[in-house]
Amino acid sequence: MEWSETAVRNELRSFLESSWDPNADLLDWRNKLIDAGWGMPSWPERWYGRNMPLSLQSVVADEFARVGAVSVARTGIRLLAAETLLAHGNDAQRERYLRKILTGEEIWCQLFSEPGSGSDLAGSTTRAELVGDNWVINGQKVWTTSAHHADFGLLLARHDWDVPKHQGLSYFILDFHQPGVDVHPLKQMNGHASFNQVFFNDAKVPRSDQVGEDGDGWQIAMTTLMHERRNAGNIFVETRRRGVFNGTIYEQEAEENKILLEPYTWYPQRAGRVDLVLPRARTTGAISDSAARQEIAKLLIMARCAEWTALRARAAQQQGQPQGPEGSLGKLAGSNIARQAAKVHTLMTGIDAMTSGEDSPESGIIAEILLSVPAISIAGGTDEIQRNIISERVLGMQKEPRTDTGPFKDVRKN
Amino acid sequence: MTAYAFTDEQLQLRESVRRYLNDHGTVLRTRELMDDPEGFDQPSFQGLFNELGVGGVHVPEEFGGAGLGYVELCIVLEEMGRSLFPSPYLSSSVLAANAVLLAGTLEQKADLLPPIASGGQVATVALYEESNLTDIGNVTQCVVDNSFTGVKSFVTDGHVADQIILVAKHAANPNGKPKFWLSRSDDPGITCTSMTSIDTTRRISRVSFENVKVEPLGDVEADFSVFDQFIDFALVALANEMVGGAQWLLESCVDYANNRVQFGRPISSMQAIKHKCADLLLEIELAKSGAYRAAQAIADDDPALPVYASIAKAAANDAYMLAAADAIQIHGGIGFTWDNDTHLWFKRAKSSQVLLGTSEIHRDQMLERVDLLEVG
Ligand SMILES: Cc1cc2nc3c(=O)[nH]c(=O)nc-3n(C[C@H](O)[C@H](O)[C@H](O)COP(=O)(O)OP(=O)(O)OC[C@H]3O[C@@H](n4cnc5c(N)ncnc54)[C@H](O)[C@@H]3O)c2cc1C
Repeated sequence: MEWSETAVRNELRSFLESSWDPNADLLDWRNKLIDAGWGMPSWPERWYGRNMPLSLQSVVADEFARVGAVSVARTGIRLLAAETLLAHGNDAQRERYLRKILTGEEIWCQLFSEPGSGSDLAGSTTRAELVGDNWVINGQKVWTTSAHHADFGLLLARHDWDVPKHQGLSYFILDFHQPGVDVHPLKQMNGHASFNQVFFNDAKVPRSDQVGEDGDGWQIAMTTLMHERRNAGNIFVETRRRGVFNGTIYEQEAEENKILLEPYTWYPQRAGRVDLVLPRARTTGAISDSAARQEIAKLLIMARCAEWTALRARAAQQQGQPQGPEGSLGKLAGSNIARQAAKVHTLMTGIDAMTSGEDSPESGIIAEILLSVPAISIAGGTDEIQRNIISERVLGMQKEPRTDTGPFKDVRKN
Repeated sequence: MTAYAFTDEQLQLRESVRRYLNDHGTVLRTRELMDDPEGFDQPSFQGLFNELGVGGVHVPEEFGGAGLGYVELCIVLEEMGRSLFPSPYLSSSVLAANAVLLAGTLEQKADLLPPIASGGQVATVALYEESNLTDIGNVTQCVVDNSFTGVKSFVTDGHVADQIILVAKHAANPNGKPKFWLSRSDDPGITCTSMTSIDTTRRISRVSFENVKVEPLGDVEADFSVFDQFIDFALVALANEMVGGAQWLLESCVDYANNRVQFGRPISSMQAIKHKCADLLLEIELAKSGAYRAAQAIADDDPALPVYASIAKAAANDAYMLAAADAIQIHGGIGFTWDNDTHLWFKRAKSSQVLLGTSEIHRDQMLERVDLLEVG
């Protein structure tokens, strides 16, 4: 069906008028949203959606914000898991997992990186062996964000060592609630511990939880990563409710967020907090320093042009062009912006920039920016990897000569 | 442009301009014109008007134009910047037409615009006095009793202009904004001498005025001045031209790198080269977004234009110069030769960078106007 902005607004408005209740139970409400197709309206009708173009997403968000309605759960990597299952899963898997992703009942994480393979994800040495009706998993993952809260993980593991590295990988849904899975938090340079080491000792994945066929792992992981890059910096979704709303559902939501958002409290800081720059430039007086002005303006110009570039990419998609590797451009822009923001915060803060904690500038937020920005150019694929992708897939430049194309068992490893 | 995407009509316009310039704006011809006293090819300049119909793109139909918008004008300019097409288009169809459109009375528009839009006349705007590091439009000279004596420099295409629109203050209000004035092209008090530009694909002149009779464009007694708007419009036009040139440079880098072999493989397989190109693409895409957004702001009469115009020019300056410098580096020794084409774009990048304000000036200005950004 053809959607128009007015049609969406009218229909959603009347749905919210008749159904939204700030004292409803959070779970009941989200199930109601899911059944009505207003949780993820851009999804297919068959799977809780309305086939609505992405372009109207903001209209939907706007209507929710207007009445302060709570939406479906979106935090963390749950939507990456969902998009991956929508693209590559089977109906039984979609039936089993999609709803609880959206209700917030189940938490997901991404089990890709390993001590020996980060940028080179296809070098995974986590072993998957089929024994009867189960895949038996042995090995280790690392930097796994939210694993300490996770119910399920998107797992990339190797089932075949005799073929070239990209061909021997498979993709699984791993249940964390079993004895073969051990999670150890890892403390980060900014003091938080949002990522973990995850060890598998004969962990089990039923065959029914394999996504795609043997050897499809790499291709499916690319889908997950493409969605991650597209949403880079946007994983932590803020609710933009206007005004103050009261009701018991908000208390339930706040309780839930204590867990769901715990690993992400520092994510805005890692993106550089460009929003703090002008207000601080005014209070610190940096706005009238000619050297500082140049750096501040460089940052604001970069940030504004990046925003317009993202809008151009979105508009192109709405005109029917497929989502392509240009997500990498946005990710690279995000790194540049974060680095420039850290530079600007430093020069506006002066010697106070060596302090941290409650008494330090912006109650420690400036220190947290300075110590979190280095993560943005690593997580989700380093800047160097983004440049490889851009030069090869957008610009059509040649690949480097490879030394890892033979059977994986013969390839040099860490 | 529907907010952030070009319409089909706009894409077709770009296509047809590109095709025309591929035929008529070859580098070979440009190189010949660099030694030509006029510096441009009359027939292919006239073809813009007669054949392509982009002479007065954004000039209303009642004044002989095509009646399209500023976005369409900027599409034409981006393509011209890409092919480095040497012509007085920027001076006449953009700067002079804008001055008349913004400042002129209805009568003046009806009088002056049709010959500009048809290509019958070449006009330009005499803006600059001396080089000034902090203020683009540092105009100090005054018109006294409808007569002007003074020297204007960096006048683009002054050497071929039939009509020079003068920017000067009104002696009655020396602290006010500059105004626009018309002179008779055959006034014996006007002397035009060529200045030598590093960029011989865009000619500049010094124009001296000696007791030249001038007539105001519009109402100079009014306090209101369109001077700032004129500058913003010019910045946006130039920024769009510049991103076109930057894009050409990037494509030439990628092309060269894919073909040049060292150490037994194409240099485009080396990360030092690939990563430079990836960074360039990002800078150029950001600059395009700035330039396109600012063009749309003109089309929409958006009050945030002054801040967008400075963003567009600063971003275009930085992207074009980076592209120019990297392009020479990526080409190696051949890139530093006269025979290689890269330096033609390098020189256009450099002359455009300093025309209408360096990035330093525009960064400062965008902060002056940043309140508009917070609103817009
Ligand atoms: C905050 C944070 C959260 C994370 N969360 C997760 C998560 O939830 N799940 C998950 O699976 N992973 C996660 N990661 C891991 C992240 O994806 C990897 O750290 C990243 O891909 C880099 O891999 P690596 O650490 O092994 O570094 P390496 O790949 O060893 O890279 C080291 C350096 O070498 C460079 N390099 C490597 N290969 C190339 C090449 N081909 N060309 C040029 N340079 C190259 C890199 O750019 C880098 O500078 C997270 C990381 C961080 C920092």
